[in-house]
Amino acid sequence: MNKTDVLIIGAGPTGLFCAHQLGIIGLGCEIVDNLDKVGGQCIELYPDKPIYDIPAVPECTGEELTNNLIRQIKPFNVKFHLNERVEELKKADNRWSVKTSGGIQFDVAAIVIAGGVGSFEPRKFSVKDCEKFEGNNLFYSIKDKSVFKDKTISIFGGGDSALDWAIELSNTSNVNLIHRRDGFSGAESSVQKVKDLNDQGKLNLFTKYQLDSVSGDKNIEIVKIKHDEGDIKEIKSDYVLGFFGLIMQLGPILNWGLNIDKKTVQVNTENFETNINGIFAIGDICSYPGKLKLILSGFHEGALAARGCFKYAKPDEKLRFEFTTTSKAAQERLGIKK
Amino acid sequence: MPKITYHTHDNKTHTVDVQKGLTVMEGAIQNDIPGIDADCGGGMACATCHVYVKEEWLDKLPTKEDGEEDMLDMAFEPKKNSRLSCQLIVSDELEGLEVNIPSKQV
Repeated sequence: MNKTDVLIIGAGPTGLFCAHQLGIIGLGCEIVDNLDKVGGQCIELYPDKPIYDIPAVPECTGEELTNNLIRQIKPFNVKFHLNERVEELKKADNRWSVKTSGGIQFDVAAIVIAGGVGSFEPRKFSVKDCEKFEGNNLFYSIKDKSVFKDKTISIFGGGDSALDWAIELSNTSNVNLIHRRDGFSGAESSVQKVKDLNDQGKLNLFTKYQLDSVSGDKNIEIVKIKHDEGDIKEIKSDYVLGFFGLIMQLGPILNWGLNIDKKTVQVNTENFETNINGIFAIGDICSYPGKLKLILSGFHEGALAARGCFKYAKPDEKLRFEFTTTSKAAQERLGIKK
Repeated sequence: MPKITYHTHDNKTHTVDVQKGLTVMEGAIQNDIPGIDADCGGGMACATCHVYVKEEWLDKLPTKEDGEEDMLDMAFEPKKNSRLSCQLIVSDELEGLEVNIPSKQV
């Protein structure tokens, strides 16, 4: 059981800065995120792309922003729980008991949901029959590549994951790469490599084809792919891999009794508390009149939500407003030595 | 104001006036037309405002920017006439545009 003041759900910029604000006012927190790394959309969707609208930072990338925020909260020794999704919340006396997908339990005074647009999950094949083969011989990520040795693998997708795996597996397996168009979103050098391998007969590339159907008993044996113009090909396959990027799903958050409208959680603008006392929502996931989905808005929301958490964490104390420039207490918490 | 027609997956047709300068995505959101999620808010960073454009309109639309097709790779059942509705800015030229909204976005 992890006991702390506040649990933050989501390790994107908004969640990270909220942790900072909690630290400044003397509250402890831990952060849970479904991804395997810290940074949320900034890291998952645009680590190398520039951001131009962080106040006082004329230009930075998603990765730089994340690294700076991690540095900024370093004094508070915030504990991260990655690859975990919060599944269950239960009110116990005046505190919350929280359980994650991996069975980690928390006992906290308040919860801040900074979950962006939900948790990232792989985009799956839209062909209905694919579901029953998932985990058998159809996968959306690779855990153990040794199982593919000397087998026939059909890989779908045109991004870096699809290209990189097609290149790598072509060394030891018979690879078919199937993509919906001639262009690819993956790195140009990988695209060239795939084309070369195709010319050398070391890989079979099918463009303008998409999955039409799958058939087999326990495992998929045959995939049918369909060309834009209607031509259908049958390919015998031992394994099928789909790499269509990530989608975002609200997931269990929907079951917590929060007021949800169009995939966002309604909050007040005084402290960003939801309709449930002790649960706050900040960043892209919250909505209120005038909401802007900007990182800077998330910072503001996090600062106020942190202060909103105070009365739940320390009901007998009064929170005094202070500036970090002059507050001894805040500077001590930041570990500043004078 | 140009009229834009959205055919939703439940076989309903919604024809609405959309202010010039707004996107086809925003037109749907403002008029509560179901089936367009627009998770990223119009930043071409997701594919949840995906629509199928009526064939005769395909050539009349602004060409896709780099990145739109990459995002469409991640859409639910992309086809040749797929577009991201956040990239279609409503103008007089788009008067009468018709789009089909897919059965789902995620």
